[in-house]
Amino acid sequence: MPTSIVNADALLAIDVGAANTRAFFFDAVEGVYRFVAVGEAVSTYAPPVNDVSEGVHQAIHRLEQISGRQFIRPVDEILIMPTTADNNGVDKVAATISAAAPLKIVSFGLLEEASLESARNLAGTTYGRLVDSISMNDRRHLSGNIDDLMRLAPDLIVVAGGTDGGASKSVFKLLDPLGLACLLQPLNQRPHILYVGNQDIAPEIQSTFAAYTTVHTAPNIRPALEQEQLGPAEGRLREIFRRIHTKRDTGINQLDVWSEGRLLPAAAGFSRVVQFLDQIFEPTKGVLGIDVGAATTNLAVSFPGHGLRQRIYSPFGLGAPAGNLLASGKLAEVMRWLSVSISETDVRDYLLHKGLYPNSLPVTAEELNLEQALAREIIRAAVKGLRPSFPKGLVGSGPGLLPWFEPIVAAGSVLTNAPTRGQSLLMLLDGLEPTGISTVALDHKNMLAPLGALAEINPLLTVQVLESGALHSLGTVISPVGSARPGTPILRVRLSGSEGEEKTLDIKAGMLAAIPLPAGQTANLHLQPLHRFDVGMGGAGRGGKLKVVGGSLGVVIDARGRPLRLSFDPERRRDQNKKWLAALGN
Amino acid sequence: MLTPVTHVLPLTTIQRKRLLPVDGHVRVRAGQHVRGTDVIATAILAPRHHILNLSSGLGVSEAEAERHLERFVEDDVVAGDLIARKKGFISRNVRAPVDGRIVLISGALVFIQEKHGSLELRAGLPGQIRELIIDRGVTLTTTGALVQGVWGNGRIDSGALAVIAANPDQVIDPEQIDVSLRGSVILGGHCSAVEVLERAQTERLRGLILGSLASDLIPAARKMPYPILVLDGFGRLAMNAAAFTLLATNDKREVALNAEPFSRENGARPEVLIPLPPPPTAEIVPDFAELERGQRVRIVRAPYQGTIGTITQIQTGLAVFPNGLRAAAANVKLSGGEIVQVPLVNLEILI
Repeated sequence: MPTSIVNADALLAIDVGAANTRAFFFDAVEGVYRFVAVGEAVSTYAPPVNDVSEGVHQAIHRLEQISGRQFIRPVDEILIMPTTADNNGVDKVAATISAAAPLKIVSFGLLEEASLESARNLAGTTYGRLVDSISMNDRRHLSGNIDDLMRLAPDLIVVAGGTDGGASKSVFKLLDPLGLACLLQPLNQRPHILYVGNQDIAPEIQSTFAAYTTVHTAPNIRPALEQEQLGPAEGRLREIFRRIHTKRDTGINQLDVWSEGRLLPAAAGFSRVVQFLDQIFEPTKGVLGIDVGAATTNLAVSFPGHGLRQRIYSPFGLGAPAGNLLASGKLAEVMRWLSVSISETDVRDYLLHKGLYPNSLPVTAEELNLEQALAREIIRAAVKGLRPSFPKGLVGSGPGLLPWFEPIVAAGSVLTNAPTRGQSLLMLLDGLEPTGISTVALDHKNMLAPLGALAEINPLLTVQVLESGALHSLGTVISPVGSARPGTPILRVRLSGSEGEEKTLDIKAGMLAAIPLPAGQTANLHLQPLHRFDVGMGGAGRGGKLKVVGGSLGVVIDARGRPLRLSFDPERRRDQNKKWLAALGN
Repeated sequence: MLTPVTHVLPLTTIQRKRLLPVDGHVRVRAGQHVRGTDVIATAILAPRHHILNLSSGLGVSEAEAERHLERFVEDDVVAGDLIARKKGFISRNVRAPVDGRIVLISGALVFIQEKHGSLELRAGLPGQIRELIIDRGVTLTTTGALVQGVWGNGRIDSGALAVIAANPDQVIDPEQIDVSLRGSVILGGHCSAVEVLERAQTERLRGLILGSLASDLIPAARKMPYPILVLDGFGRLAMNAAAFTLLATNDKREVALNAEPFSRENGARPEVLIPLPPPPTAEIVPDFAELERGQRVRIVRAPYQGTIGTITQIQTGLAVFPNGLRAAAANVKLSGGEIVQVPLVNLEILI
């Protein structure tokens, strides 16, 4: 039963992405918060427009046309706030941004595999690009460090080092080049410093470096050698992100003013929803969220009792950075996911061309296939990058495999706007290789990041909108893990509908199969693994019954094996990919 | 929908902001006429510092070191100049190891910034300096025919245009480049052989304007000392008809090439300029505009990549494409009369 609200606010959430800017309107309908409408426009942060607000105004104007409500006063272009008696305007605004140039970050840490690694992990939680790292073992001379700092001109320096109560002198010594580089730079070009090391010397660091530049401090991200704690510092990093971008990029300041200083990186909004879902779903499994954007990819996982692990991959997006895959030598990896024959030269041309026109869309079957292949490889790279930071001892199907997640949520146009839901799901299955039992859902309205930002203003709205169809369920995916020759029966599946109808299926190793179960319908799913396969019901060979809710693809059994093995022969591999697409109704 | 504009203009007034990435020195004055290759501003992009430790050099304490200084902050020094001296029975000296400037003295440390890593910003196009931007660069205006491209190898030069392509999709044969073209800027269709690039270097060409370039030639193209400018993209693509017609009718005219890389971050685009007397009205053409019916557009993605047409209708709602994709779209009439449906995001306006 939804909680009824008495004094409801009308809220506007604006999300400025690398490709699109969206304005979402939420209001109370019959005592419950609902998503009402969205206006969309092309983002304008980059040249030739160079002003975020142009795209924002266009998106709001589009929203006005759709909703019939006025948000901007035509006379002076000012946002109407609060709501007027004639139901125009809004009461509160939330804003998220993933556009704008990533922050250039340099990390300082005492030890390569301890504080410096944590500093790098922290830098990976914002839209940034780590351009250098300096540790005690750095072999450059002092002057070399200074020259590099001046040449790279970072926006932010993350300083970690020293467990609490531990090293202090060596931290100060480590920072010698930083202080001197600051002295050598004009005031307006000096980087912000975020100190997240030994807390005993935090006040001294603050007072020493405040003379040179803006210093922020946050709790130690490595309070003990074996303990990493990024959470509190992530909050401070978001604040730095906001401060730098509101000062640097035209139009972002207006968003920050509208949202009363709560402008949030979109990835932080998205992660907040992932954490929220972790609180309401199964206590034994984590929640995974993946957002494949035009310029960046964000992977966020939250585990009960362990909190959030998040990484933003700035070189990995489907837009301009697509050409970066060429530099990283990943062409063959992308090509293995193709179901049509495309030459390596054509793939290279495509990637370079996509970099020239990052917002353009694939209209031919070949280009669509290529773009979806690219998405798979991007997702795989994101998982590979974040996996080392997963907590130890998670429940799952085995070492080297993804632990169990419930649910898996996915965002980004390549996934949400794919022509068929089967294509969306297969990209996720190939990219993530989930194990056990997971519900897979799409952020089909692209509103998770704004909903996460709205949670700070009005948590009830976030809860109620999430409950009212913000996510589109693709279905329940069963991914058995074990060892058997292709074609060996490994799982018996029986689906009992609410009206007594039954469907049974014998799953063989190598199969990918879907049992229809329309969205909203529930059914009992009986699983009986064979040959000691593990379906995530208590161990190898253990089965049981569970209640499942339908989705656009019903119940999907992915028995292709973990890790997924593709044929070495290109033609057979293409046939394999085609067959899998066909199994999901393509 | 706001859409970027690509310029293919027979006569226009162009205004370009040319900026250093960091503060530096502007080397021109307002009103001055410049050539594309002229240096208009300089900066030290990657400073190199030398640190002299007076404590160890003079054998004195940090507190005492300052007393022995002979040179001070902002002083220019040459290698061997005396920086500090401790007089006495056995005097000790600290000398400048390089030519440079003392930029900082902190305790017993003296920082000399070496004259190194200087960046020279060139005008890019011939024109007149309209406005100086303090420490950063200039605004430059010029007039002439303008053609914008999508890729450049970062070089700048000018020369007489030599049209060697009979049609927009002709592949350049290395044999077409000989000594008679020395000092020219070549207009070709597609380049798929590294020999073309090498012969152009051997014959001292001043530039190469291409419709398209084979993507595996990019590393070689980047190394060439002359400007290479690609108008339409990578792979086997014909040069767009508008650009080819405009350039081909200007055979033998002087053209200026600014093959700076296409950058979404700073808005830079590679450009060809054919300098001409000013038009009657000096209207600056926009860099972006709303898509509208009647506009001339270029399609940037397959299956009509590089084709030019005219918008006959902006569709309402989302259109469905043969691969199942749904997107906001326009109907575009191609030069042959065929009307095709294209996603709005796959169009750029051609003015």
